[in-house]
This record gives sequence, C-alpha cells and structure tokens, in this order.
Amino acid sequence: MTRSLDLLELAARPAPGQQAPPTLPFVGLDTLWLQVTGTVCNIACTHCFITCGPKNLSHPFMELAHVRALLADARDLGVKEYYFTGGEPFLHPDIFTFIEETLAQGPLNILTNGILIDDAVAARLGALFAAGPYTLDLRVSLDGTSPKENDPIRGKGTFDKILAGGEQLLKHGINPVWTVTTVLAESGDAEGFARFKAILAERGFDRPRLKFIPPFKIGREERRGGGYGEHDLLVEGDLFEGEEHALQCGSCRMVTAKGVYPCPILIEVPAARMGDQLADALIPIKLDHPACTTCHVEGFSCRT
Amino acid sequence: MSDLERIAVFGGVYNNHLSLQAVLADARQQGAQRIYCLGDVGGFGPHPDRSVPILIEQDVLTMQGNYDDSIGNRLDDCQCGYTDPRDNHFAQISYNYTLAHTSDPHKDWLRDLPAGFRLEFAGQRLLFAHGSPRRVNEFLWESTTPEPFIRRLLRDFDADLIAVTHTGIHWQRRLADAPGRGLVNVGAIGRPANDGRTDVWYALLTASDPSRSSSAPSPTTTHASPPRCARRACPRSSSRPSSPAGGPPASRSCPPASGHDLATDPAPAPLSDIRALNVC
Repeated sequence: MTRSLDLLELAARPAPGQQAPPTLPFVGLDTLWLQVTGTVCNIACTHCFITCGPKNLSHPFMELAHVRALLADARDLGVKEYYFTGGEPFLHPDIFTFIEETLAQGPLNILTNGILIDDAVAARLGALFAAGPYTLDLRVSLDGTSPKENDPIRGKGTFDKILAGGEQLLKHGINPVWTVTTVLAESGDAEGFARFKAILAERGFDRPRLKFIPPFKIGREERRGGGYGEHDLLVEGDLFEGEEHALQCGSCRMVTAKGVYPCPILIEVPAARMGDQLADALIPIKLDHPACTTCHVEGFSCRT
Repeated sequence: MSDLERIAVFGGVYNNHLSLQAVLADARQQGAQRIYCLGDVGGFGPHPDRSVPILIEQDVLTMQGNYDDSIGNRLDDCQCGYTDPRDNHFAQISYNYTLAHTSDPHKDWLRDLPAGFRLEFAGQRLLFAHGSPRRVNEFLWESTTPEPFIRRLLRDFDADLIAVTHTGIHWQRRLADAPGRGLVNVGAIGRPANDGRTDVWYALLTASDPSRSSSAPSPTTTHASPPRCARRACPRSSSRPSSPAGGPPASRSCPPASGHDLATDPAPAPLSDIRALNVC
C-alpha cells in the first residue's frame, strides 16, 4: 500500500523543469576566477565544456586595466585566492604581469595545458613561486596515461608536450597538480590513479598531485558524450545543509572580458551572466542549470 | 581584566599529555596568568584519557575543535577536512582508536565545550577560534591566507587579533598599516610542525608595560603594545613527543636556546619577529 501511494505521489509531482530550483546562499567572495584568455586556446579538446579553441573568440582576452581594477576590488572585498584560466592562459602577452600583480596580494592557481611551458617560462614561474609570500600552483591538464588515451581527446602529439611542460615546472621547483577529466571513466578509479602515479613517477614526480574532474555535458563535450537530460535539474530541497560551503559557487565568481558569472563552468550560458561588475554578483544564485547537478551529485569543486 | 598582562594560547594536544604538561609548566613559568586551549584534545597519541583531567585540574580554558566535537558527539569521523584520501585513511585509524579509548565522562566534557572565546586584552579585541571564526575546520595556512582576507575576517567578526590552531603549523601575519592587528596561528603542541625538529609551538600574548620596556611604544596606544607570540616548548619528559601518523618516532634532541621572550622586543614587531625560547 505504501509503495502504491509513493508511486501516486511521484506521478502527481511536477517534472523537474516545472519546479523551482534551489537557491544557494552567497557566503562571501573567497575565490576570484579570471578567464584571462577567454575562450582562446592553442588546442581544441573534445570534452571542452566551453568549446575553447584557436578560433573561438566568444570571450576575448582580458585587458590589463580590467585585471588591475578587479584586483583592486578583490583586495577591498578580502578575496582569499585567485585562479587564472582560459583558454590557455599562457597565450596572453601580459600573463606575467597578471601573475606578478596577483601574487602580490594572494595565492594563485593557473590552469594550463602545459604545452607553452618551456624552460624559460618555467624558470620565471619557479622564481616567482620561490620569492612570493603566497602559493603559486600550476594545474596541468592530462587526460590519459599514454598518447593513445590522451591524444584523441586533447590533440595529436599533446601527451608528450604536456608532460614536457610539467617536467619543466618540476625542474624549476614547482610540483604541478595534474588534472584529469574522467572522460575515460576508469581514469578516476583506484587502478587509474595508480597508472597515473606510475607514469608520473617514471618522469621524476615522486610525490604526484592529481585532481580528477567529471565531464560537464555542455559545449564540445555535449557533442562528444551526450548532454544532460530533463531529470538533471536540481529542485528546491535537493541541497544539503551547508552546501554553500562545499559548492564553489557559494563563495566564488568568474570574471571574463564580457562580465561576471557564477562559476567557471557557465560562461557560455547567456542567462548565467550576472552583470558587469563584481559588486553586481555578490548575491545568492538559483542553481537552475543542469550542469549544477554534476557539482552537487559528484561533490565536485573547481578548487585545487 | 586590567590586571591581565600575559596569557598563553595553544591548540592541538592530540592526546600528547606529556607535551601538554610541559607546555603548561613552561607557560606558568613565563608568567601566563591565564591559559587557553583552542581545541583538538584527542587524536594520534596512545592515551586519549590522560589529557582531559590535566586541562580540568589546571584550569585551562578549553574550546571545542572539530576533533572534540566528533568525539564528544560520537560521530563517525574527525571532520578534519582533509582532501587527500591518504590523509583521511590515517586520520580514520587514529580517530577510531581515540573514540574507542575515550571514556564517556570525557566525551561528554568535550561535547559541552564552548565554540570559541572572546576577550579584551591590552585594549584589543581578541577572538579565539579553532579553524577560523567562520568554520571549525577551515585551514588557514600562511601561504594561502592573504592580508586582505585577514582584514575581512577582522571586520566581519569585530576583532583586532584572531588566534587559531587547526592546521597545526604556527605563523602570524599582521596588517601592514596596523601591526597590532592580525591573525596568529598558534600551531600545535601535540606534534612537531613537520619541520624536521622536535619542538612544539604555542603563543604567549603579552601586554607590555611601557615602564618595563622603554623601547616598546605601541603603534595604536601609549599604554600597551600589541599581543605577540610565540613560544616554543619541548617536553621535558623522557617520553618522546608523538610523531605524525605513519611517520618515524621523533628524536628526543632539542636544539639549543635560540631566541628570547618577545615581551621586551621593540614594537611594532614585524612578522619575522616570531621568535622562540627552547626550554629543553
């Protein structure tokens, strides 16, 4: 009898898209993301959730004056940490000015594919890392333990180039965080973890740092692996108590040359744009995009 | 309160009752009139029931850390907030042991501890928290806690100086334009600071009397210099301080005395003025 009533209740419940999404409180701006090179990248990964590539100018490069103004705002707001991403951040001609001025006021993480990190770039980063009062972390993306696994996703020849970039960093005193998107589902399990550790150990990374990221089914990834379904929407009551502290968007904002967004994932969603200024965006948000479900269900945070 | 001139602040006992006794003796010897513990009484050490009686008998004002909340409320894990699965693996072994070997009266005592302390000291508003004033298990490391963020915490929580312990690694950062204000992580007394030495760290906050130290003008008031830290103590006992889980036993050797009491240092004291007194 109980089971029948449950089924009746379910049948009477509106579909997820017809229910109100949950509202996530904003706990304060701890983390500021800057999309320094917009959607411009030197490669075009098949799983990229914002379809970055050499010809995608959807979000252009950020100007130095814009970045400086944001750093001033962030200082006043008491931001705790900074992230640079793109696209590929090291395509930006002013990237080292951005890095130096950001590191002067807080810890910085840079998300890169590593391909442009040669000896000179790594040496400069290593010197900044050694001299500064705050942490400089490099996150290098790698999506397989061999060219056969990685290159179909990130591009021909990228496996060796990515590892070479990481090795340059290590040579200059920076142990990067290897970031693996689990397009290959087995990458993130215990065996996959062990395989990544093994190939990194062969190259001198005896204390490897690894971060696994679930694919977000938007952008180019939607075409590769399929998109979200109607059931992938959060509704009121889905969030657990205090989830604003676990979800990145409870304490971060992303700024691109085109405006402010709640998180790094949704910059190609026009409805997600929150305004021109950081001050416009320090408010609670509705988790009304299906990608929000990935962070909620996977317990995922873009933080390092 | 106006008679209070020196207080000691420590955290992270981690079941190391020997280190606790050594630190308390040292703090009293240094003239600490009041002693605060910022939590995490349990964990790692082999005798979970030996530290609570010492804290009670010696009138240590103790607040609740994440470990104390977990043990006191009989939770499944320590709520340490680690992100590395290896850290969680070893922490769980230690937590299960501590939970099983802590008596019910001690669990109840840990459960009922306050979540923080506020006090006026040397004309400043002090706030003691475990991880941070906003989260019991927030990690505040020196390299990831920038000055603008400290300003925000001081502003949001109406304080001049915040003291925390959760990471177990000591450091402090003062505001460039107001050296009497800032944040100090007092470190931990139950385990060394992972620096290859056997010392443990705690903070001594001293309200300097200008008549005692003519070279100690306060940047904010003519009557008191900012509270300062820190002290280093090494257990006098023949037993070794506990080492990190899975690590080798710590050496008994202590380095020679390498510093002096900060109470007579000139103020304002820059960050590099954190100094140590070795009592071994």
